[in-house]
Amino acid sequence: MRGLSRSALSVAVDKVSRVPVIEARDLTKVYGELRAVDAISFEVASGESFGLLGPNGAGKSTTMRMIGGTSLRTSGTLLVNGLDPEVNGPEVRANLGVVPQTDNLDGELRARENLVMYGRYFGLPYSYLNPKADELLAFAQLTEKAGEKVDNLSGGMKRRLTIARALVNEPRVLLLDEPTTGLDPQARHILWDRLFRLKEQGVTLIVTTHFMDEAEQLCDRLIVIDHGRIVAEGSPPTLIRQYATREVLELRFGSERNGTLVDQLRDLGRLEVLPDRVLLYTDDGEAALAAVHHRGLVPVTSLVRRSSLEDVFLRLTGRSLID
Amino acid sequence: MSIEQRSWVAANSSGNARAVIERGFKVIRNQNWIVIVSGFFEPVFYLLAMGFGLGQLIGEVTGPGGRPIPYAAFIAPALLATSAMNGAIYDSTWNVFFKLRFAKLYQGMLATSLGPLDVAIGEIFMALFRGFLYALGFTAVIALLGLATSWWALAMIPVALLIALGFAALGMAITSYFTTFQQMDWINIALLPMFMFSATLFPISVFPEPVQWFVMALPLWHGVELMRQLSVGHFEASTAVHLGYFVIMSLAGIAFTTRRLRSLFLR
Amino acid sequence: MTDFVDTNALAYSGRALPAAQQARRVRRWGWWYQAEWRLRGMKAYWTSAVGSSLLTPILYLIAMGVGLGTLVDSGSGGVAGVPYLTFVAPGLLVSTVVMSAGSELTFPVMDGFKWSKLYFARAATAAAPLQVAVGEVVAVGIRFVLEATVFWLILVIAGVVGFGSWPMIAVAALAAMALGTPLMAYAATLEDEGFQFSLVQRFVINPMFLFAGTFFPLESMPIYLQWIGWISPMWHGTQVARLLGFGLPVPGWLVAVHLAFLVALTLGGTVLAARIFTRRLAK
Repeated sequence: MRGLSRSALSVAVDKVSRVPVIEARDLTKVYGELRAVDAISFEVASGESFGLLGPNGAGKSTTMRMIGGTSLRTSGTLLVNGLDPEVNGPEVRANLGVVPQTDNLDGELRARENLVMYGRYFGLPYSYLNPKADELLAFAQLTEKAGEKVDNLSGGMKRRLTIARALVNEPRVLLLDEPTTGLDPQARHILWDRLFRLKEQGVTLIVTTHFMDEAEQLCDRLIVIDHGRIVAEGSPPTLIRQYATREVLELRFGSERNGTLVDQLRDLGRLEVLPDRVLLYTDDGEAALAAVHHRGLVPVTSLVRRSSLEDVFLRLTGRSLID
Repeated sequence: MSIEQRSWVAANSSGNARAVIERGFKVIRNQNWIVIVSGFFEPVFYLLAMGFGLGQLIGEVTGPGGRPIPYAAFIAPALLATSAMNGAIYDSTWNVFFKLRFAKLYQGMLATSLGPLDVAIGEIFMALFRGFLYALGFTAVIALLGLATSWWALAMIPVALLIALGFAALGMAITSYFTTFQQMDWINIALLPMFMFSATLFPISVFPEPVQWFVMALPLWHGVELMRQLSVGHFEASTAVHLGYFVIMSLAGIAFTTRRLRSLFLR
Repeated sequence: MTDFVDTNALAYSGRALPAAQQARRVRRWGWWYQAEWRLRGMKAYWTSAVGSSLLTPILYLIAMGVGLGTLVDSGSGGVAGVPYLTFVAPGLLVSTVVMSAGSELTFPVMDGFKWSKLYFARAATAAAPLQVAVGEVVAVGIRFVLEATVFWLILVIAGVVGFGSWPMIAVAALAAMALGTPLMAYAATLEDEGFQFSLVQRFVINPMFLFAGTFFPLESMPIYLQWIGWISPMWHGTQVARLLGFGLPVPGWLVAVHLAFLVALTLGGTVLAARIFTRRLAK
């Protein structure tokens, strides 16, 4: 999987041209007192796979909706394919495929009808949509469920149908708002594989997620958002290099003791104390663990792992991503 | 159209309201037909119970132009106006609110090249289509029961649509201010007195004059009076006033809804 | 991040009742805990519920007293020997309360099973399914009594009925239960969207309201339509309420029949609902 992803990535990077698909300048959305999105600026190049990473309520979904012109910005400028979504909404969205955070399938229509009608909203003719709907059902592994009521589909099936629906107009840009939330591990890998194939075809992906592995798998480049502001930007490896060490040692001493051992561990590397465990950032996890044991400290459990975007986020905000 | 207006339309519409209407018909096809047909019986039951049951106790009342008419003939056109109002209000308030907040249907539509204007036009069209079917059915019942005495009664069908348009346009604008289902209950609470006092079941001459003026300011009264005049083919200057009231209400409602369109759909 | 949880207190604070005692309490009071929960849930819409409970009787008083009453009294000199308003008011009280059974015991029941699935959450506590069903009946029963009391007070203030007619509050609530409990049992069997409720509303509840003796005596309809009243809880309740309101002549045995009909439906409906709840919650 990892080998495949690397090669797919390099193919896609070659296709990236320098024309920005999205240009956001000081993009801001205020709801009453809440600054949901607070003057963020970023660019996404065509063919790029771009991630918005942040905890719940960070402003990711609002940003996505502003890109589609379905949420009106308070201030700032935003261009999608060179057009303002608030002025040229229909033209902008004709190039977009949107997968919202929670499925909003049409419960009064059947599975296949959902795809066809959605295509009609783009003004596409039936002669195109009928074969397309069948292809998309096959893509989503829902061919047998074509005539089923949406209500009778499982959560995973609904998610796949929503993703298939977003592809009905063959969009150049795909907005995926937490695409794999609620999917089982197998379904997630299948979906990631499908998204890679689209990326290989030069489709621009914009993904919000709070799953680190997802961001690392899917994104060439990402911004980390917290409280509506960008706190870091870069490719996953760059961010890890910049804000974390190569390895992390996770130690659990029991909730009573985790906090009290800080002084005894401080000199071994940077520490993060969480309620349930202590994280020790180091380039050599095994050596650090040996040092801990050497000091006569015996954790209940210990784990050496490679550091991830989760650690980057923790470093940047002092909070874990999923709380 | 000025450039400003033209660009407003371009920002909010892809000119494809037809797709929303297509969806509406597809849904009707998927729906249980008994539910659709059942809507037709509601005013019919009212007419039979009140017109004939209660009518026995009342006898004749004063109809348009001062002519006495049977009680059933008195309320039948009023029930048609009321049912046009109820259907349009339901479709433009509860139904829109539910699809917006609960079923998230519009969220899906607006992620495509459709704009809020397309959605609003499509939904109002569907509301009018349902209203048209029910008006057709109820007018036929009125005719079969011998309660319509003029060919003008046929005009009650398009007028029912005009009444529905006025209420639907206004209802959609009002829905843009609501945030919870509980607030929606107040719509029904406001409609009940309008139904009871707008000369539907009894003439407003029973009220003191200030109350009469108040009732005459309400839209349903104009709808009821207009329908009643059409059912017997009696026209006077007030006919034009009633008709004008609904034309203005529809235009104002559309303008109002247009202004609120972005607040309603794009949050 | 630094607020550590006192895990000792989390697992054993010493303040919780022993499990055996919890079970004993629920065995006795589980139905009331359910009722309490449902009544609290009504807080979400209590302002509009109170608004409509106040407004409905007042509107009816004006419409019937000033409006239709004038037409009927001049057309046929009143009904059953009394002015139309006096005749119709007890019937309106009963039907208004019965109609709220059509909303309180349909969609909320379906919600408990299908959408929010809160009945399953209740069944996961020490409560038995039977107690969940009974608790629902008790809660809406309380709501019916309150609604009937407001309506009755307004009628008393308007001088339409006397103080002595207060038992009509209980009759109205009973009639509402007689329709509501079988409806609740039906709602508990439904698995899909609930379009059936709009059919029940249109083909059962509305016809009952319109044809079953609320606005005009049942006897004024042709005999082949009078069965609508005989099977209608609204009519049975209304007849007793009219006896209490203005002394409509109803023989004693018939009063017993009316009340027995309502009690039988209420008990039958509750038993049936409890069975269906048990079956579905234990599935």
